[in-house]
Amino acid sequence: MSDPAHSAPLLRMTGIVKTFPGVRALDGVSFDVTAGEVHALVGENGAGKSTLMKILAGAQPADAGEIAVDGVVVTIDGPRAAERLGIGMIYQEFNLVPDLGVTENVVLGVEPRRGVLLDRAAAAREASRVLTELGIALPLDVPARRLTVAQQQLTEIAKCLVRRARLIVMDEPTAALTDRETDALFALIAGLKAQGVAFVYISHRLEELPRIADRITVLRDGKAIETRAAAELPRDELIRLMVGRPVESHFPELPAVAAEAPVGLDVRGLTARAGVPIDDVTFSVRSGEIVGLAGLVGAGRTDIVRAIAGADVPQHGEIRIAGERVVVHSPRSAIKAGVVLIPEDRKSQGLVLGMTVRENTTLAHLHQFMRGPLVDRAAETAVATTEAAELHIRTPSVEQIVRNLSGGNQQKVVLAKWLIGQARVFLFDEPTRGIDVGAKAEIYALMVELARRGAAIVMVSSELPEVLGMSHRILVVRDGRIQAEFTHDEATPAKVIAVATGVAA
Amino acid sequence: MADPNTRAELATSAEVATAKRTRGSAVRAIVFVVALLVVVGAVDLLTHGEFLTPGNLTNVLRQISVNAIMAVGQTFVIITAGIDLSVGSLVALTSVVMALVANALHLPGPATFVVTLVAGIAVGCAAGWINALPVVRLGLPPFITTLAMLQVARGLAYILAHGQPIPLADPGAFSWLGVGGLGAGPLGPAGLPYQVLVMGLVAIVFSVVLGRTAFGRYVLADGGNEEAARLAGIDVRRVKTRVYIISGGCAALAGLLLMSRFASGSPQNGVGYELQAIAAVVVGGTSLMGGRGSIVGTFFGALLIGVLNNVMDLLNIESYTQLIVLGIVILLAVVVDELRKRYLAAH
Repeated sequence: MSDPAHSAPLLRMTGIVKTFPGVRALDGVSFDVTAGEVHALVGENGAGKSTLMKILAGAQPADAGEIAVDGVVVTIDGPRAAERLGIGMIYQEFNLVPDLGVTENVVLGVEPRRGVLLDRAAAAREASRVLTELGIALPLDVPARRLTVAQQQLTEIAKCLVRRARLIVMDEPTAALTDRETDALFALIAGLKAQGVAFVYISHRLEELPRIADRITVLRDGKAIETRAAAELPRDELIRLMVGRPVESHFPELPAVAAEAPVGLDVRGLTARAGVPIDDVTFSVRSGEIVGLAGLVGAGRTDIVRAIAGADVPQHGEIRIAGERVVVHSPRSAIKAGVVLIPEDRKSQGLVLGMTVRENTTLAHLHQFMRGPLVDRAAETAVATTEAAELHIRTPSVEQIVRNLSGGNQQKVVLAKWLIGQARVFLFDEPTRGIDVGAKAEIYALMVELARRGAAIVMVSSELPEVLGMSHRILVVRDGRIQAEFTHDEATPAKVIAVATGVAA
Repeated sequence: MADPNTRAELATSAEVATAKRTRGSAVRAIVFVVALLVVVGAVDLLTHGEFLTPGNLTNVLRQISVNAIMAVGQTFVIITAGIDLSVGSLVALTSVVMALVANALHLPGPATFVVTLVAGIAVGCAAGWINALPVVRLGLPPFITTLAMLQVARGLAYILAHGQPIPLADPGAFSWLGVGGLGAGPLGPAGLPYQVLVMGLVAIVFSVVLGRTAFGRYVLADGGNEEAARLAGIDVRRVKTRVYIISGGCAALAGLLLMSRFASGSPQNGVGYELQAIAAVVVGGTSLMGGRGSIVGTFFGALLIGVLNNVMDLLNIESYTQLIVLGIVILLAVVVDELRKRYLAAH
C-alpha cells in the first residue's frame, strides 16, 4: 500500500546482483518497502531471500545495484552503516550474547556511558522504556540463555528499537513459536506498523501471510518474479509462482524397482534429540530404490539421515539393513553395516580440505591399503586415480589438495570415498548443493547407477525439482515427522509444498 | 562410466605433476643446502673454527636430544590441534619414579635398566592417558587438562622425592646412556653419544608412524577436520587419546636421558621444557591449528634452536641476549612460514 503522500518509499533496492562462484544468487532484483508496511519475501530455499537481506544489512556487498533510503542513494558497507540508516535485522538464529542479561543485550554496542564507565541505570531505563512502548514485560536481569525463544525474539526487537530502526527484517520469526506466541508477535508488529515502522517478513509459512503481510514479493532463482498485494495473491497461485518452472527434464530415467526387490533399508520408530527432534520415523527403501526426503530447512530431514548414519547418537528405534537388525552407535558402526552418509556440508563434514584427493578418497577404507603396518601409497594412488577417472574428477593429479578443487569436484571426491567400500545404503544429504549443472547431472547419473547395482538410496534435497525428478518415492518431512508419502507419478510441487509448509496434512 | 582416455590423461598429468614436484623439491633442497653451507661457513669463521669440529657438532646433537624427543611427542599432539603443557613436569616425575625404582631393585645392571625404563614409560603414558581423558570424554580444552597435569606431576615429583634429587645407587647401569657414546675418537672423546642415537631412533620411528601408518594418517585427518574424520568412521577419541599417550611416553624417555646423565632423578628437572618443545615444533613448521606437520620438520626445528644456542655460546653472547635472539627467531620462523603459505595460496 504505497503512500502517495511520500514521493519516495522508505527503502528501494534496484537491480541488485550478487554472484558466488558458480552461482548467480541474485540476478537484478528490485524491491521496495514503504513506511508502516509489512512486506513479505517468499521463495524456495536458495531463491535468494537471505542473500538479498544480507546485502541490505551490510553483511555482504552487492556486485551491482542501488539501495536508496527515503529516496537517497546510500552505501551500506557494514552492519554499522545499516544500523545508522535505521535498518534492523533479526536473523533466524538470534544474535544475543547468552550470558548477558536482557538490558545488556538490548543496549549492546550503544551502551549509555558516564565518562569511561557504563551508565547501568540509564541502560536499564532505556531498556524498560522500549519494552513499555512495546507493551511487553521481560525480566531485565535474566541472562539471554534462560529466556524462552519468544522472549529472545522480543529482546531482538527491543534491540532494533533502541537503535531507532525504521525497518526491521525478520527471518522466519514464527518458526519456533507456539500459536499464542505467534498471535502476540503479530499484535506487536501491528502496533509498530501504526507508528510507521516497516517490516520485511521472510517466511515459509504461507498460511500466515494473509494475516500479517500487506504486500508479497516472490523470489525465484535469484529474480523477483512478482510483487502483489497480499489480498490479491491466493495461496495456490503463490505456490505456483514460487515453484515456477516446470520440473526440469535433465534428470536421468529412473530404473524401475523390481517388484520382488528386497528391502535394503528399514527404519522403524526412529527417534532422536540431537538437533531438530525427530519422532517415530518409519520408512523403508528397497534395493534399487531412491527415496527422496522433502521438506523445509529445519524440518528434520538431515537429522533423520544423520541418525541412521550414526552421526548423531543416541537414537532410538530399529534399523535393519538387508533384513538384519543393526545397532548404530557411531558412524563407524554404520559404515561397517554398509550405511554411508554423504553429508550436507562437504567442507565441514565431508572432506579434510587440507589433504589430497588420494588421502580423502582412501580415508574411510585405509585398512584396505595396508602392507603390514604401513600404508601402501602405490595402491592408494592406483585406486584414487581410477576413481577420479570414473567420476570425471577434474584435478591435475590425485596429489592435489582438495581445498583447491571446485565444489562439484569436491563433492565427487566425497562420493569416491564411499564408492571404494561395500556400502549398500547411501544417504545423500543435499548432494548437489552449490555445484554447477554439469556436475549435478553426473551426480544424478551416479545415483541411478548405484540404484541399478542394487543400492538403497535416501536423498535429502531442498531443491524441489531434484526431489521430484530423482526419487521413486517422496516422503515429506515436517516437525521431525514424516507427514505424507507420494509416488514419483503422484507428486507435484504444489502437493509437496502444501504438506511441507503445513497448509495440507 | 569408465573412460579409458580420461584415465590415461589423468595418469599422465599425475606423472607430470609428480615430476614437477620432484624437480621443485630438488631445487629447494639444493637452495637449502647451499644456504646452509654459506651460513655454516660464516659461523665457522666467526667462531674461529670452533663450530665445525666433530666434538662441537656431536655436542650440539647431544644437547638437543632431550628437547627433540619431547618435541616429537608434542608434534603429534599439536597436529590434532591440541597442546601438551605437562611434558616438562612429566620429565621430572618420571625421572624421580625411575630413580626410586632403580634404587629399589637389586638386579644386575641391564635388568635394572630395562625394568626402570618400562616403569618410567608406563608412568609417562599413564599421565598422557589421564591428560586425554577429559579432552575426549568432556571436550575440555587440552590447554586446561595438561596445565593441571603440569602442576600435579610437578607436585607429585617433589613429594615422592621429598624435595631433593634422588642419587642413583648404581649409576653404572645408566651411565652408558648418560655419558657414553659409540666409536670414541674421531667424534670426540666420547664418540657419538647414545643419547643422540636414541633421539635419532625416536625421530625415525615416529616419522614413519606419522607419515606411513594408518594411525598417522588419522592423526592428520583428525587435526585437519575432526568431524569429517569421525564421519569417515575414524575413532577420533582413540586417535586423540593415543597422541597424548605418545607425548607422555616421549617425556618419560627424556626423563630417562636426564636421569642417566646426572645419575639422579630430580623433581627440579624439566622446568619450562614444555615451551622449548613447543617452540621446536612450531619452528619446524607444524601448524598450531592442526592438520599439518612433520617429525622431520620438528627435528630441524630443535636443531636450529640448538645450533643457535651453541653458536651464541661460542661467540660469548651473554645468556640474556640469547633469550631475546631465540624469541625473535621463533617469531620469524613462523612469520616466514605464514608468508610462504600465503604466497603458495596466491599462486
